[in-house]
Amino acid sequence: MRYEAPTTTKDAVALLSKTKGKGQVLAGGSDLLVRLKGGFVEPEVIVDIKRIPAMQAVSKTASGFKIGAAVSCAQLGENSALKKAWPGVVEAANLIGSDQIQSRCTVVGNLCNASPAADSVPAMVAAKAKAVVVGPKGKRTVPVEDVVAGPGKTTLKAGELIESITLPARKGKSGDAYLRFIPRTEMDIAVCSAGVSLTLGKGGVVAEARVALGAVAPTVVLVPAAAKAIIGTKLDDDALAAMAAACEAACNPIDDKRGTVEFRTEVAGVLAKRAAKIAYQRAGG
Amino acid sequence: MSGVHVSTTINGDAVEFVCQPGEVLLDVLRNRVGLTGAKEGCGTGDCGACSVTVDGRLVCACLVLGAEVEGRAVNTVEGMANGNQLHPLQQKFIEHAALQCGICTPGFLVAAKALLDRNSDPTEEQIRYALAGNLCRCTGYDKIVRAVQAAAKDLAVDATKPAAKKKATKKPSKKSA
Repeated sequence: MRYEAPTTTKDAVALLSKTKGKGQVLAGGSDLLVRLKGGFVEPEVIVDIKRIPAMQAVSKTASGFKIGAAVSCAQLGENSALKKAWPGVVEAANLIGSDQIQSRCTVVGNLCNASPAADSVPAMVAAKAKAVVVGPKGKRTVPVEDVVAGPGKTTLKAGELIESITLPARKGKSGDAYLRFIPRTEMDIAVCSAGVSLTLGKGGVVAEARVALGAVAPTVVLVPAAAKAIIGTKLDDDALAAMAAACEAACNPIDDKRGTVEFRTEVAGVLAKRAAKIAYQRAGG
Repeated sequence: MSGVHVSTTINGDAVEFVCQPGEVLLDVLRNRVGLTGAKEGCGTGDCGACSVTVDGRLVCACLVLGAEVEGRAVNTVEGMANGNQLHPLQQKFIEHAALQCGICTPGFLVAAKALLDRNSDPTEEQIRYALAGNLCRCTGYDKIVRAVQAAAKDLAVDATKPAAKKKATKKPSKKSA
C-alpha cells in the first residue's frame, strides 16, 4: 500500500485510475481508517485529497455555494455565509460525531460512505445539492440523491471522485432544516431523519419544497409527494398531516436494535413535520 | 513496503520520522517519537483517549495517518505544561480529583484545552458537549466538568494580568540594557 497526497484533482484521478478501483480516497478518514484498521479494505493506494487547493475551500459563486471535498464539517459550521443561506445543511453536517470527528469529517465522505443513516445527505438532497464528479473521462455533475446506490455502494465509476458539492443560491424567502431521532442527546447514528427545504411565495404560501428522509430505506429518499402536500399551503395541520402520510408511504426501513419498521415509519413523518415547521420559520413565514 | 518520510512540528519542535503508509499518527507518536501521553482506547475514534491537535484542530490521533501531518503542527498533552509549571487544566484536574485510572485524562486535557482556546468562558452544557467525544469509565464526568470550569476561571484571572506582568518584566530588561 502507498500513501499519495497529490496537489491537483487531475493527479488524484490519475492515481485512482491506475489502480483500477483498488485506490481509496482519504479526506477526513473517519470512516476509511476504521475500515482499514478492521481489514475491510486493502487499498493499493490511499489518495489523500487534502493537499488539493480546489478541494479545500467553501466559495460563494454566482450560482450558490461550492463546498470542496476536503472541507471539514467543523469548517462548514464556521462559515457564517453558508450557515445563513443553508442552516439545515450545516446543522446536519455538524451533527456528525464529536468535536474530534468534526475536525476531520466531510460531507463528501459522508455521502460516499453511503450509509442510509448519513446525517448530511437528507439535508443535501432537500437542498438540491449536486456533486461535481471528476474522472478519467472528464467532469460530470450529478444530483446528490443519484450518488448512492445502496448501503456502502455508490454510482461512482472506477477512477472517479467527487471534487465538490454545489448548493444553489437562495432566492427570496427560503429556509431549510434537518432533524434526526436518536435515543441519546448526541454522538449517535440516526434511527431515522428528515431534511426539508422550502421557498415561500406571496402571503407566506409555500411555493417550492423538497423533503428527504434518512435511515428509512437502503438510500436516502427524496419524497416528491411529501413536498406536493405542502406546496400551496401555509403548513396548516391538514397539509402537515398529508405530508407525514406521504413520508410514511415512502418508508421502507429495516427492523434492527435501533428501531422497528413501525417506529421508523411513524417517526420519519413526525420529524418531517417538525423540520418543515422550522424551515418555514427560517424562511420568514 | 516503502516508508513515508515526514517532516513535522510536534509541540513546537521540528520532528522527522519515517512511517508505514497505513500507520496512524497515534502509533507514530507512541512508538516512533516516544510520546506516550496519547492513549489507545478504541482505535476507532469513539473514545477520545488519543486526542491531539493538528494545526490547532482537535482530532483523534488514531484516525489520522502519520503521513498526513507532513508540514503540520501537532500538539499533544506533553506540550501542555510550561516546564515544571502545570497548565491550569492539569492543576485543576489534580485538585478536583478528576481522574482515577488516568487512561482518558490526556485526551480530556487536550480536548478541554481546545475548548478553552476558542471559548474562554464556556457554560456547563458547552463543556459537556465539547467533551462528548471523550469517554471516561471510572469517575463519571462531574469532576471533570468542575475541573474544567475551575481552570477556565483561573485562566480568566490570568488573562486580566498580562498587562501588569509585561510592565513588570519590561522594567528589569530596560535596566539590564
